[in-house]
Amino acid sequence: MGEAFADLTPVTLLTGFLGSGKTTLLRRLLADPALSDTAVIINEFGEIGIDHHLVEKLDDQMVLLSSGCLCCTVRGELAATLRDLHSRRARGLAPLFRRVAIESTGLADPFPVLSTLSADPVLRHHFMAAGVATTVDAVNGLAQLGAHIESVRQAAAADVIVLTKTDLAAPAAVSRLSGKLRAINPAAPLLHGVEEPLDPNAILSPRHGGFRATAEPAAAHSDVQAFSIVVDEPIAWAAFGVWLTMLLNRHGRNILRVKGILALQGEERPVAVHGVQHLVHAPTHLDRWPDGDRRSRLVFIVEKLDPELIRRSFAAFNRLSRTAAAQSLSFGVTYV
Amino acid sequence: MCSLCGVLGGAEHWADAAARDGVYTRNSDPTRRRRERAERVRIANRALAHFGMRLADWQGASYLLSTLTGKSEVVEDFGHLWPAAEKLGGRLCDPLAPDLLAYLEAADG
Repeated sequence: MGEAFADLTPVTLLTGFLGSGKTTLLRRLLADPALSDTAVIINEFGEIGIDHHLVEKLDDQMVLLSSGCLCCTVRGELAATLRDLHSRRARGLAPLFRRVAIESTGLADPFPVLSTLSADPVLRHHFMAAGVATTVDAVNGLAQLGAHIESVRQAAAADVIVLTKTDLAAPAAVSRLSGKLRAINPAAPLLHGVEEPLDPNAILSPRHGGFRATAEPAAAHSDVQAFSIVVDEPIAWAAFGVWLTMLLNRHGRNILRVKGILALQGEERPVAVHGVQHLVHAPTHLDRWPDGDRRSRLVFIVEKLDPELIRRSFAAFNRLSRTAAAQSLSFGVTYV
Repeated sequence: MCSLCGVLGGAEHWADAAARDGVYTRNSDPTRRRRERAERVRIANRALAHFGMRLADWQGASYLLSTLTGKSEVVEDFGHLWPAAEKLGGRLCDPLAPDLLAYLEAADG
């Protein structure tokens, strides 16, 4: 084995609707010398394999998945591809990559890709989900969000959203789309891909960028709502685990995203929790609180579920912990 | 082994993750791990009682889920608990169901 590499290699999923500029964004990012140690996995969609030609400079760092759609067929291949990359890197047969970017097909639901990372017993000891970056086309995004639930799910699953083609859209349309995206996913930073210089780390390691639980009220997709639960006192990890597991078992399909920073009983440092549908990633210890607010904050993005019932249920379970009797509970802003 | 899919080494639940770099867990020492498991079982039992079921830790390795009529099933982790409870009890275990919430809130009294 050559130089050392981190125990857990971060994997970023780049998703976005068909034609929303994923490959363009990836090309821009990979032009940055800081990202030369990125292995890229793309999914060839359709007969032409246009994505392959656009990123062909990546040479042997690129692994082409030959099946058509990540959702249904690629999980096994994705796992095998990542295992193979890891194996070749460890034996010095592949370049020493320090991160992986997966470009999904436009229609892919992010869930199966993310679940592959944590469900595979080998992969979860070598790779970790670094986050989901979603591209949204400023020209067509609003119509896509209204017409396709896949597009809403991709926006909801995002840790960071990159607005593309803003130079081709009217400012008023960009503003309306931004408002809608903030309503769907108040926790994800919204970057303007055309006007702003792109910080590769903000896109490929979006979970390190802090935690946002604020939002502006706006109308989202009619069935999709974002809301937060804020708890003043440290919460009990055991009760939280039982509650969220039970909730995701019954309603995981309708919980597009859960993202939280938790103050736990008996812990000095905050713990971050990320979930997409039925999947919850292994929780991570953060070094410090992102700001002066030391309360637990959970952001949910749900489809066809009543936020009040989820809050009531959280409170009922949280009170079951031995030390919770004297806890007070307050709820944060709600939107949509 | 994951009892749902038969994958060796497949069972790991996020609430009870194996200790490794970057991952938050209370599995770092045996005492803490057992205490955390016991507390999780106690809390799950508060909810399971509403459905006429009971959970017991089995040797710190898996859990035994039983109904009042004696049907039982071994579950590997909490990821498998609720699907197993729904199958064994023949009812949906919905944490948002008003009757369950009323039961928990009343018991909490």
